[in-house]
Amino acid sequence: MKVTLTVNGTEYARDVEPRLLLIHLLRDELGLTGSHWGCDTSNCGACVVWLDDTPVKSCTVLAVMADGHRVLTVEGLANGASLDPVQQGFAHCHGLQCGFCTPGMMLTARWLLNNNPHPSSYQVREAISGQVCRCTGYENIVKAVLWAAEYEAGG
Amino acid sequence: MTGPGVAGQETGAYGAIPRKEDARFVRGQGTFVDDISLPGMLHGAILRSPLAHARIISVDASAALAHPKVEAVLTGADLAGRGLAWMPTLSADVQAVLATDKVRFQGQEVAFVVAQDRYAARDALELIAVEYEPLPPLIDARTALAQDAPLVRDDVPGRADNRVFDWNAGDKTATDAVFATAEVRVGCDMVYPRSHPAPLETCGIVAASDAVTGRLTVWSTSQAPHAHRTLYSVITGLPEHKIRIVSPDIGGGFGSKVPVYPGYLCAIVASMITGRPVKWVEDRSENLMSTAFARDYHMHGEIAATADGRILGVRARVLADHGAFNATAQPAKYPAGFFHIFTGSYDLQAAFCEVTGVYTNKAPGGVAYSCSFRVTEAVYLVERLVDLLARELGMDPAQLRMRNLLRPEQFPYTCPTGWQYDSGDYPRAFALALDLAGYQGLRREQAERRARGEYMGIGISFFTEGVGAGPRAHMDILGLGMADGADLRVHPTGKVVLAISVQTQGQGHETTFAQLVAHELGLTPDDVEVVHGDTDRTPFGLGTYGSRSTPVSGAAAVLAARKVRDRARLVAAATLELSPDDLEWLDGKWRVRGDPDRGAGIAEIAMAAHSSLELPDGVEGHLDASAVYNPPNLTFPFGAYICVTDVDPATGEVTVRRFIAVDDCGVRINPMIVEGQVHRGLADGIGMALMQAIAFDENGNCLGGSFMDYLLPTALECPSPELGATVTPSPHHPVGAKGIGESATVGSPPAVVNSVVDALAPFGVRHADMPLTPANVWRAIQGRPVRPDLAVS
Amino acid sequence: MQVPAQVEYERAGSVEHALTLLARYGPAARVLAGGHSLIPMMKLRLVQPEVLIDINGITDLCYINLTGAQLRIGALTRHAQLLESSVAGEHFAILHDAERVIADPIVRNWGTVGGSLCQADPSEDLSAAFAAMKGTMIIHGPDGSREVSAREFHAGPYETVVGPSELLTEIRLPIRPGGGSGYRKVSRRAGDWPVGAAGAAVWLDGDVITDAGIGLTAVGATHFAAAEAEDFLRGRTATPQTLARAGEIAAENCRPVSDQRGPADYKRHLACELTTRVLGVAVARARGLMA
Ligand code: FES
Ligand code: FES
Repeated sequence: MKVTLTVNGTEYARDVEPRLLLIHLLRDELGLTGSHWGCDTSNCGACVVWLDDTPVKSCTVLAVMADGHRVLTVEGLANGASLDPVQQGFAHCHGLQCGFCTPGMMLTARWLLNNNPHPSSYQVREAISGQVCRCTGYENIVKAVLWAAEYEAGG
Repeated sequence: MTGPGVAGQETGAYGAIPRKEDARFVRGQGTFVDDISLPGMLHGAILRSPLAHARIISVDASAALAHPKVEAVLTGADLAGRGLAWMPTLSADVQAVLATDKVRFQGQEVAFVVAQDRYAARDALELIAVEYEPLPPLIDARTALAQDAPLVRDDVPGRADNRVFDWNAGDKTATDAVFATAEVRVGCDMVYPRSHPAPLETCGIVAASDAVTGRLTVWSTSQAPHAHRTLYSVITGLPEHKIRIVSPDIGGGFGSKVPVYPGYLCAIVASMITGRPVKWVEDRSENLMSTAFARDYHMHGEIAATADGRILGVRARVLADHGAFNATAQPAKYPAGFFHIFTGSYDLQAAFCEVTGVYTNKAPGGVAYSCSFRVTEAVYLVERLVDLLARELGMDPAQLRMRNLLRPEQFPYTCPTGWQYDSGDYPRAFALALDLAGYQGLRREQAERRARGEYMGIGISFFTEGVGAGPRAHMDILGLGMADGADLRVHPTGKVVLAISVQTQGQGHETTFAQLVAHELGLTPDDVEVVHGDTDRTPFGLGTYGSRSTPVSGAAAVLAARKVRDRARLVAAATLELSPDDLEWLDGKWRVRGDPDRGAGIAEIAMAAHSSLELPDGVEGHLDASAVYNPPNLTFPFGAYICVTDVDPATGEVTVRRFIAVDDCGVRINPMIVEGQVHRGLADGIGMALMQAIAFDENGNCLGGSFMDYLLPTALECPSPELGATVTPSPHHPVGAKGIGESATVGSPPAVVNSVVDALAPFGVRHADMPLTPANVWRAIQGRPVRPDLAVS
Repeated sequence: MQVPAQVEYERAGSVEHALTLLARYGPAARVLAGGHSLIPMMKLRLVQPEVLIDINGITDLCYINLTGAQLRIGALTRHAQLLESSVAGEHFAILHDAERVIADPIVRNWGTVGGSLCQADPSEDLSAAFAAMKGTMIIHGPDGSREVSAREFHAGPYETVVGPSELLTEIRLPIRPGGGSGYRKVSRRAGDWPVGAAGAAVWLDGDVITDAGIGLTAVGATHFAAAEAEDFLRGRTATPQTLARAGEIAAENCRPVSDQRGPADYKRHLACELTTRVLGVAVARARGLMA
């Protein structure tokens, strides 16, 4: 089946099986391996990307469902050489260790800050509560997002 | 916050600098095993047993082979033909690669399909017909040694029961004597449930065999690439120099990526058969059901004391459920790991423990899940016992601990089971934790709340770990001494490449090791590139687990750097036309004694060493050096943890309100990374205490086979931790550092459980087994506790 | 990662189109909305439909509005939309209470209200909330539409009365004055399914309960409701003792089963405890004493 979608601003057309999961389209067909996967049951959030304007678990979306839509992945977060403040925050605050959950976490963080530029730490925790990190205990992820919020507020 | 400023902490290139590796990770440019794609690569999938115990009557793969995208199918019989149906484990047992005679746990590997893509490989599994004759499974470890228990390991000739080992440590006679006369004795049965490290990235491999060169290249999720190379050579008979193991970026390991798993071998064999690269990456249910469980200790502990609270002795009887194959990963001489460090942090007279390992129809494993080889179980046991003793004596648990902690002047201290603790100032760390927590205020608040019918708990744990295995006289894995090498190349411009044997899974080696070397050589961490995870490019060593990277490999890196520095001294002396004795190392340079403005740094000296300078004796033309470090002892980090919980007794819900953690891991190379390790371990401990456990129903079905059933803590269960630090350097480590990777996983579970039990004290609850789910808490209050290893009923 | 078996895929552009496709493929087809229940089941190969009929393009099934004295929720409304809807929250605090604890924020972005209901998991939260509110469901079929009470919507675990050629299109909740509602769930962890959960709505005339609705999930309550406890409450004064007794009646009439989330006796206890608590919340809200 033919799908055409825009990923990180670039249009791609592929012929795929209807059962192909969006995460596999991104990783295996388009070579965008920054998005990861970590479970079979939509619980871990390693696969989070944006579909149009909201983060989704791309392991739970068929590639054909993304036909005609926009997708944003970690590879599209930076603006050329300049990192998104969320990316800067993760590096600055030691918000990652193995880096496996990080792309999904950052995409959710970007969405949160777009909708709520001054979140409380509880709101950050709630926003990422569908995503598992096994390394950081979440503390520095929360700090990273709050750092980015402050940075964007010019602080 | 910690950092320079903590007493005993050095500065220089040490300090909380951002990590070098983050540049690629925040851009999504890490390279994990499943990101690797080679031309012509095929995809493997494993058919697993749905039954816990059954005889295999037949395996028919013909329909799968007829699938247009299937390239090969391996069965146990195929592997048997190559002598590969079984492989050695890390614990002197064997494990089936693909089952031939019987399946012995649900999820055991039965066949391996190789297809052109991962979807087709998965489809083809359904085309393999396996006929099983079900056998009664052995599920309850407590019945494993009964006369009529099903025999799990009838593959071993002469084996008549399910006993894996009997092992003990300490002095039984002395301990019994202490208990016989002690004024107070308290005992308790407790279970440390089976759990799974569950790193976010599952295990995987890409195997590429080249028939022309005879080379086998393996990219895999390995915490120990060199050990894996040796193992593959032993198992397959391939010459070791023809095998190259690459561990690319690893998405967490926590002990689960130490063993060699059947899927790895299947992929290797499949690559040899098909002549094409073969990728196998396990899915999450395979990960949870078949690889690397941890814990699963049924323990009975006892503590003896005087009536005024002097602890005299501890003893423990442990039944260890090892699953169907004994595949624990730890130094060979210690079948129960370092469990016998269960005397904890206290000055006591005698201790004795005995551990019996049994086979059951469950997944094999027994890996060190951030537990420093069963120290987690040991600390849990003793810290629960101390709280039980405090309750019995009517003493405050903080006061009881302070009274019995080892004193600084007792170090180095040899504990009753023989460990020699290298250094410590326990009362200092404990006092700091009590202070950070505002302990007396918390107790007052607790009393006020209780009067209002609110139940808060305050739980303490004080732990000592032994990490950094280990001294070669006592410790080996498969006969390999637990040493690690480091190679240091100094380029003419003074930039340095350090090659190490250990493998980061997120611990930040590229940064910490650069800091270690930079610190020794007067460089900046940016001057040092760290190479790791490729056996063709790095020296031999046993890998990263048991918190051994900094204690062992870090020491090797420092020793190599010091060799460079010593050689640089000779060169510097030659360039300055002085005797080496005229030079001293000061502020990162070799300087002339009495004239410190004259001297040379590593960059100048390196250029001189490569130049036409007439070289002095002992210098061959450059500054490169290597070292192998054999640790003389383990390092013994310790810490004091306090957990504050709120418990709703009517629903059983537990909220972790605060977590105070004071850690002493000796000198901190990068305090930011150290604190990150502690954050991780606290989340782990909260997870284990509250939700992470794998039980089995009476048919042997794994009840924790997905992230819907095996729960991991989210950001909403983990509090914002309050950390503190003391620094008591290790006297034998070259820079005084100790391991930190597992401290918080070891120390935090008893703090959480002690806290919840403390909250429930008004209900007469003296113990409750993990996981403290709402149901289990409520049942504990009802006096009808739930068995955490069996299906809930 | 586990992957679904092969499947055909059709995209429906309208309700009529969806019905045509359903008629064409019959029971071999499954409606694909958010997919957050269906796709994981397909990955684990617990269900293997031959055809998926994707209704995500029927955007006019995505709405929350007030029509007369009814709140109407289109079946394709995403959980996140319901959680953000101020009109829903204003009239039915229970919906916001429940949505806040359904799965996680990312799943709520894409998972749909109708999809959750049709999955009919015996531990589903909204089923209990709608049962408490005594809502109705609009089901379209080849012969037009029919309205079914929320309490008749489920035919058993993972089964609803929506036939193979039918489509759930809307949920209607009656708005009646003097009411208050709430939802309370106990789970082992954020984002987990409930061990037990209760939703309640009460309508007061002064201190007298004129009507009550109690929804229960994960505890084996018939039709996700506690009808006997509702009967008990009707006409009584809303005292703590009355609410506690209603909790006991609710617990007596459910049939929980033990699983790894908890043993049956605990779930029964939760049915009592949570019913009592959430009735208290509903009463407080009806009295305007609580947001
Ligand atoms: S891979 Fe785990 S939620 Fe998508
Ligand atoms: S950084 Fe490893 S899982 Fe989050």
